[in-house]
Parts: sequence; structure tokens; C-alpha cells
Amino acid sequence: MTTTSDSGRRPATATPLLRQQVLVLYLANSALDSHVVGWSQYDGAGHTSPTTGDGDEPPYESGLAALQDGWRLIQASQLIPPYPGHEYDVSFLKHEFFFEQIVDIQREPGVGSR
Amino acid sequence: MENRKVLLASVQMARFVARGSLRLDAVVPEQMNAEALTALAAGVPPVPYGTPLSQAYAKNSFVRRLLELPQVAGALHSLVGPEPTVDHHAVHVREPHGGQAQPLHGDAIIDVRPDAFDVQLMYYPQAVTLDMGGTLSVPGSHLRRINESDTGRYQNLRGQDRLVCPAGTVAFLHHGLWHGGRRNDSDTVRHMFKIRFNPAVRQLRLWNTSDLDDPQVIRELDATFPWYEPATGRLERYNRVLLWRALTGDDRFDIDYWVTRVSNRPKEAAI
Repeated sequence: MTTTSDSGRRPATATPLLRQQVLVLYLANSALDSHVVGWSQYDGAGHTSPTTGDGDEPPYESGLAALQDGWRLIQASQLIPPYPGHEYDVSFLKHEFFFEQIVDIQREPGVGSR
Repeated sequence: MENRKVLLASVQMARFVARGSLRLDAVVPEQMNAEALTALAAGVPPVPYGTPLSQAYAKNSFVRRLLELPQVAGALHSLVGPEPTVDHHAVHVREPHGGQAQPLHGDAIIDVRPDAFDVQLMYYPQAVTLDMGGTLSVPGSHLRRINESDTGRYQNLRGQDRLVCPAGTVAFLHHGLWHGGRRNDSDTVRHMFKIRFNPAVRQLRLWNTSDLDDPQVIRELDATFPWYEPATGRLERYNRVLLWRALTGDDRFDIDYWVTRVSNRPKEAAI
């Protein structure tokens, strides 16, 4: 006998319920193995609720360390030349890298496919 | 307000120019902090935008006495000069286990004045612990050109300042500093009173400049912060040099030749 999922549409034991978890790392330069200067996390599985100012230590020391732990890189900042006349302006962080992992929310939290 | 003022020293001003904030720990006496919780809960009457400070708060009112404390009055004078105008004020209350953290933001709208700045006074009448969700701020972010909460994607930055302070602490923030109220995970209601001030005079050597040549001034201005990308950190120093030149009137001031080098365009032809 199968049970139904929380959506009521899928058999829970047959089809995984996949959700995306997102990790954003801000790095010291454009190299993926440079060190982390900032970070954000968003949990589509609802296991955690990361928010602004919730920690002083980054989850990884570099972008490469996140790859080695199984996170998949899905987007990296482009290198864009400064606009003429604004070469000395400072604004947003430049080296932003988005990672994802996919988790099955029917399994134990933290057990997912990255 | 002609009461006694303890002006800032150049080293403190340089630290403000580098960090974008100045903190005076436990500068408000205990009895005033106790009074503040009642006074702030009752509400502070609104003040029309641009009201000169001497006309903004009634004599002997709590806010007037707060601003007349010598260290508070001196810091305010040093940063924005005599008789600044009151932009607005607000009492911020963070309920226990309630609400969400604010996204990281700069107040008002993008403000890129190179030679003038507003300050925001933030007063904490009670001791703030880490789980009370004290104000988050990012040292050295004030010269970044961003608009309000466009920085909301940034949850944590290395070297960020999650405020923990004793009762009676007053902080002054440059208008551009990235900050936000954190989520209050404690059982205690947290209060903060904020006033934004606009300068009414040119911000030129308004502090005690007797230590202007102290080598510590340059060391303060040359500070870097853990969240800076190293390349952009050099641009931060460049922009600080320009601000320090505006505040001191010394248009030859520099740190490690950052501005001088890229401004050098000789006009004299070789003989």
C-alpha cells in the first residue's frame, strides 16, 4: 500500500518530492577558489530559516569548498568593466556565485541529492 | 543648545570616515535610561522636517536632555556642526520572538553627496544582548552606492557588527551605512530611538583638530574590513581620501598615493 504526499497527488513512496536549496557565496575575487566574504542561504525544503545577520562564520571558506561538499554551481557573476566616469565608484559586491542542491523532502532533513 | 560639548578628536573622526559609525558606550546615565523606557513608550511628538535642533524638542524634555549630554552634543557638533536640522525621528520596538529581521539596507534613497553627510543617532536605553536582535551594521559600507534595500540579498558579511552593548549606548551612523534590525529571539522587548540630523553648515574641521597630524589618523583611514574584496577595498581607501580632503580642506592629503597617482597628468612639455 502506498501513502499520498502532502500535495495529495503523488504516492509518497514512489516519487520523490524534490525541493531546491540555494547557497549564495560572495568571494574575494572572480576565482571560484578565492575566500568567502559574504553568504546567504534559502531553503526551499523548509528545514531551516536563514535570515539577515544570523551568523558570523560562513558555511564554507571558498567556493571550491562548496563544490567539494557537493553543491552545484548554477550562476556566476560576469566580469563587467566599470562604466566610463565611474571607475572609482563602489557599490554591490562583485563576485557572486549561486549554488544549489536538490533535496527530497520526504526523506530525513539533510539527506538529499546535490 | 550652548551646554558643554566634548568634541571628537581627529582620530575618532578618521575612524568614523573609515567605518561609517561611531559608538559611545553607556554614555547615558542609568536614571535617564530608566526614564527613557517610559518616555519612548509614550511616544515622542513628531517634528516637522528641517526643524533647527534648538526648536525641535522642548526644554527639559527627555530628548532635549539626551542631546545635551556633553559627549552626545560634542559628537553631534563634530559630525554635522552647530544647529543641525532634525530630519525625522522614530522609536523602534522589536517584540520578543516576533517579527523578522529587516533586509540589509541604507536609509532613505541613494545619496552620493561627496562632501556632506547626514548622521543618524541611535540610542539604546537597555542593555542589548546578541539574541535580542540588536542592529546589524556593516563597517565601511557607507560609501557604497546602493539604493535602500537593494542589498537585501546579503544575509551575512564577514566582519559585520551585530550590536551588543550596555544600556545607555549611543551610536552615530553615516547616512549610507548598511544596517538592519535583527530578529529578536529573546524574551525581552527591545527599544531603540533614532534621530536623523542634516548639517546646516559646511562640514569643515568641526571637531577638535589638535591631533590632526597624529599618525593614528592615517592608520584609521587606511582600515580594511573582512568583507571587502581586496580590489574594491583599494577603491574604498580612494573614496575615503576624498572625503577626508573635504572634511579637512586639505586637497593634498593622501594615503599611500592612491589618489595622487591616478590624478597625475602633467601639462608642462619637456624641454
